[in-house]
Order: sequence, then C-alpha cells, then structure tokens
Amino acid sequence: MPQPILAQLTVTHVEPLGGIDAQAAFFLMRLTLPPWDGWKPGQFIMLRPAGGDAGRLWGRPFSICRADDANLCVFFQARGRATMAMAEFATGTILDAWGPLGNALAVEDDTPTLLLAGGVGIAPFVGYVHAHPRPENLIMEFGHRMPLPCYPFEGIRTKISANAHREKEAGDREGFLHLLDDRIRQFSAEGLVLACGPTPFLEAVQTFSLRYKARTQLCLETRMACGIGACLGCVVKAALPPKARPDRKMPEKYAPPGSAARAEYHHVQTCICGPNFWADTVSLR
Amino acid sequence: METLRVTLTGRDFFLNLKNPVLTASGTFGYGLEFMPYGDLQILGGIVVKGLSLVPREGNPMPRIAETPCGMLNSIGLQNCGVEAFLRDKLPLLPADALPVIANLYATSTGEFGELATVLAAERAIAALEVNISCPNVNEGGSFFGQDPRMAAAVTAAVKKNAGAKPVIVKLSPNVTDICEIARACEAGGADMLSCINTLSGMAVDLAGRRPLLAMITGGLSGPAIKPVALRCVWQVSRAVGIPVIGIGGAQCAEDVLEFILAGASAVQIGTANFSRPDAAFRIVRELPAVLEKYNVTSWDSFRGSLQTA
Repeated sequence: MPQPILAQLTVTHVEPLGGIDAQAAFFLMRLTLPPWDGWKPGQFIMLRPAGGDAGRLWGRPFSICRADDANLCVFFQARGRATMAMAEFATGTILDAWGPLGNALAVEDDTPTLLLAGGVGIAPFVGYVHAHPRPENLIMEFGHRMPLPCYPFEGIRTKISANAHREKEAGDREGFLHLLDDRIRQFSAEGLVLACGPTPFLEAVQTFSLRYKARTQLCLETRMACGIGACLGCVVKAALPPKARPDRKMPEKYAPPGSAARAEYHHVQTCICGPNFWADTVSLR
Repeated sequence: METLRVTLTGRDFFLNLKNPVLTASGTFGYGLEFMPYGDLQILGGIVVKGLSLVPREGNPMPRIAETPCGMLNSIGLQNCGVEAFLRDKLPLLPADALPVIANLYATSTGEFGELATVLAAERAIAALEVNISCPNVNEGGSFFGQDPRMAAAVTAAVKKNAGAKPVIVKLSPNVTDICEIARACEAGGADMLSCINTLSGMAVDLAGRRPLLAMITGGLSGPAIKPVALRCVWQVSRAVGIPVIGIGGAQCAEDVLEFILAGASAVQIGTANFSRPDAAFRIVRELPAVLEKYNVTSWDSFRGSLQTA
C-alpha cells in the first residue's frame, strides 16, 4: 500500500453538480496532485484548510474519487459547516492534506464484480472503474435520492454497465432492497460484491451478503478526528483482522450482529483497518 | 539559546529531555502511527496511549465530537494492554533516542502497583505517567484524582513499584482545588505532575434531540481549554516543589512558551496532533526562532517568570 504523506494542496476548481438548492448541494473539488507514490481506489484522504478552519480542529475524510497526472478529485455533499465552507473555496485555496489512507477495495481482474453505491457512496467507484483492468467484468447498481446529475454517475456509465435507481417516494426503497437482495444472490456463487453508502444501506447489503454467503466488502464512513489511527474515534466492531481475507464460506462463528458471536468482535479503527471491511467480519450495529 | 535541552528534576529521579515538547497520552497513539509524518527522535519525548493490565475495548460509538475550538472524547481508554504494548509496539520505537513515557490506567491501587511493576522492569520506558484523571470510565479514572487521599495512595502504590523510573501524576481539572490534589500527590511521592487532563463536558444534537456522544458526557480538549490549563499550571507550579508538565490546547511554539512562562517545565502537545499529524514535529522546529523572537535565553530564567505585579 502506498505510504501516506502530508502535503499542502491547492484547490484548482470546485464544480457544483446538478444545480444547487437549499436541501442538497453536491460538488466535485479538484486539487493539485500530492507528491505521493500513488493511491488505490477505496482509499481516502484527510483535508483541512491550511492555517486553521474557523475553530474547527479536525480535517475531514474524503474518498479519493479520482486522480490523474495533474489533479486529485474528491466528491462531497455540502451538509455540515465544514463541507459548506469547502463548497465556497476559491481557486487557489491551500489545504493541508494527508493520505492516501486506509486499505483499498478488492480488485479481482477476472471475477464478476457487483458495485453497489448509495448516494455520496458512489465516490470511490469513480476511480475504481477507471483503474480496473477488466471493466467489462463490472456492473453497478446505484441508489440515489437527488436527481442523477448531482452525482458523478455518467463517468462511470461510460466505462461499465451501470443502472441508477432513484428513490422518490417511500415505496421505491422497498423495490431497491429487493433488487439488492436479488443481485447479491446472483453474485454470491462466483462473484465479488463491493458496497459504499450510508449505514442503513450497508446494513441491508450486509444482511443479504450473510444470507447468501456472498463475498462482500463494505466501505464504511465514520466520524474521524485524525484519520491515522490515533484518536480511536472511528472504531467499528470487527471479528477478524481486517487484512485477513475470509474463505468463500463464512465461518459459522461470525454470526450476524446480535447473536452470541457478537462477543468476539473487537473495536478496530476504521481509518487504518478499513475503511473497506469484509461484510462477514464487521458489525455495523 | 544554545541548547533546547531541559532537565526535569523530580523528588527522587530526573527526566532529561532534548527539548520540552512532549506528546500527550491519547493523542499520539503508540507513536508508531506518526512515523510517516516526522522524525520521532526530534521530540522531547512521547507519552503513549494509556495502558491497562489487560486490553480494554473502550466505550461504545460515537465517541468523539467536534466543538468550537475543541473536541469532546469518550474513548474509554481503549488500549491493547501492557503486555501487547511491550511485545508489539515498544520494540518498534527508537527508545534509545526518544524518551518513551508510559501512561498507566487501573481501577485499584493494587492494579496500579502491578502495572508499575511490569513497566519498571522495561529498560526502554523512561518514566511512568499515572492517569488518575480520565473522566470517561466508570471505574477508577477521575475518582482517584478527585480525592486527595486516593490520589496520594495511588501515587504511593506506583512509586513503591516504579524502581528508578520517574513517576508523573496527571491531574484532573474537574476538582474544586487542584492544588490540594497536587500537594497530596507530591506527598505520596510523585516526582513530577502533569496538568491538565480533559474538562468534563457534553454536546447535543438539537435536531435529533440526542447527545453527540454515546456516553453522553466526555472530556473537552483543544485550544478551548488552554486558559484553564494555563491557570492550573500557574497555580500548581506555585503550590508544589516538583516540576509541572503543562497540557491543554497548545497548538504552536508560542503556546509552549506561554505554559513555561506560567511555570511549566515541559509541555505536552495533545489535540493538535489530530489537526495535523506533524503538529508536534513542527512545534519543535519552530521553537528556536520563537525563543529568539521573545528573547528567551535560558529555560531556568524564563520558567515561571510571569510578572503578576
């Protein structure tokens, strides 16, 4: 895994996606490329305005959406005070950045791979589909609430087979859950499933993955202060060393959360042991 | 100043540091996490994550919350246990060139003594810092730090088993009179004191009508508490005859000097390590220029030289 570095990056462009309204504002922020040795899809970076941030002490973690020879790109929704401030960054704003951090999403060239994204959780898959050596083996199901242009979906659809499902009313969610159930079952025998999105979405993916013994990685998002394993504020309960890849069959003792096996789970830092965890090794509750 | 070196001369033992900048327990992991961001050997020393006799899982999530100019935590002293630390972490630290200070947490005076015995036998440990002030655990924690008799008893239990290691006792600000606790620890045999640990606090989510921490309350740290920390350092350093290490919201080299001006012999960098992983290294690098700027020519003449009249 590439070694993380600390660098100062310059904002080169902040682009609103899909229009801005009071309820949702989505942005792609481009930054100068850090002088790092590289990164892998699924890893993240911590960003904080250089010299301080109006009394906010922490940097914020962002999935690395994409990086090319000149730019690093992150995708975010302006929801809290820090991300709303980010949306206002002018070109030339200097940020402290440290990364790449965390582990990478699994890449198996010849394995049919199902990408499941929910909302802003689409971010790591932008880089994933572009870096994958056999994109014809990838397929995505993307669930979202806001209009599709709010998300960097088109760039993915140009590379792989990708389907978008918008939740406009309560009944839509039920249909999407059925789709997830069906898709995960289809990929359980020989495939690989990767999922990123809000916790309820990941809980559903985990439930179906455990039901069908699908090999699934969940990309978790938690509150972090440091991103490097020191603050212990981002822990999740995990049952195995996260680096250990489980067998095709889920060990019986790693029963779903709430069972007696829960006692075998231990707190591990999402930032250094994750953010990508095998679904049968982590408790989301 | 020709050298940044500082010696903390305790009641029985001393601690020799290449500069007065240490890192605070709970904010610097086991030191290893920060190796990509700076050379540990330039630091005055590091105080590692609080250690207990057996591993601790810590508190449920969420455990941290950002607050104006500060943060709350209720980690609950999650740690790998002293045995795993000595076996897996300590050998990877450059302890020959870096004072590594172990922070001890236990739930009884007997356990504190046992922990001290284990750590005292380890050559690579430079000193022991006794945590009698954590507000985030139900057993032990600040209970010991709020009662002068208990504080003295814990200090004595560690001191009795610490061999030739200097014993530092970390004080809580969550008391009526911090000087009373400081004097009790001095009487119990402490070589040095460090102050302050976090201030008890809470934060709420108005829309969700819920606390931001699962444990409801937590410990406040960061620049928000620096004025409290400076006050405590100033009071404690005048109340006892042993060195005081300042902790609480230091973010830059100027802040370090402020603590020393108030009476500290060294300063621990805490929450700043989360804001930028090279914070402590940068402060060490900035120190010579800041000393020159403020015409500080020796630690001994500058320490506690605050003019109050």
